[in-house]
Amino acid sequence: MSPEILDIVIAAALVIGGLFTLVGSIGLLKLKAPMARLHAPTKASTLGVGSILLASVLFAYASGAPSYHELLIIAFLFMTAPVSAYFIGKVHIHLGQNRKPLPKPARDRIWATQAKHEEDTPSVPEMKADA
Amino acid sequence: MIVTYALIFAFAAVSLSLLLTMVRLVKGPNTGDRILALDTLSINAVALIILVGIAGATQIYFEAAMIIAMLGFVSTVAVARFVLRGDIIE
Repeated sequence: MSPEILDIVIAAALVIGGLFTLVGSIGLLKLKAPMARLHAPTKASTLGVGSILLASVLFAYASGAPSYHELLIIAFLFMTAPVSAYFIGKVHIHLGQNRKPLPKPARDRIWATQAKHEEDTPSVPEMKADA
Repeated sequence: MIVTYALIFAFAAVSLSLLLTMVRLVKGPNTGDRILALDTLSINAVALIILVGIAGATQIYFEAAMIIAMLGFVSTVAVARFVLRGDIIE
């Protein structure tokens, strides 16, 4: 690949990365509901950081000292983003921030994340059967 | 040359997104939003460190970015578990 094309690819990756990171943070600030706010940074920001890391790999290749260990951070971030999103979503459910009440669990009386202590008193007063 | 301009743009975008995330961290109406803002803050810090590494044409900052990425994930899970269970390691 000629150096000019490589430069253009690096610049495009940097610009895309910056834009996606910015979109993720704007979404984090502007969206209304907590569960909707969860979407923006976990997807857009992760993609943006991945693009910037890719630009770093290409830049190292272009400047004559190739190194691919930024791919390690990309893999790590892409693996951990869904896990942390899942945990934060569970925190939202635990604190009662979901928009609609949860459906009734199949076998148990209440969901485990809403149980208070040993005696399973429902933390939400009346759960509708299917809302 | 074009990389320099793109680098300046990426610096500005990532810095602005760090600032916006900070607003959500201070404002955030409840704990879940604050945990999410902290997670986003660490991810954006990784991006900023990598950009500094590109600007200086050096590989020195790679380990710092890696460690911040790992600690960001671990601390997110730790705080979320603390809110969920009242304990981190049961």
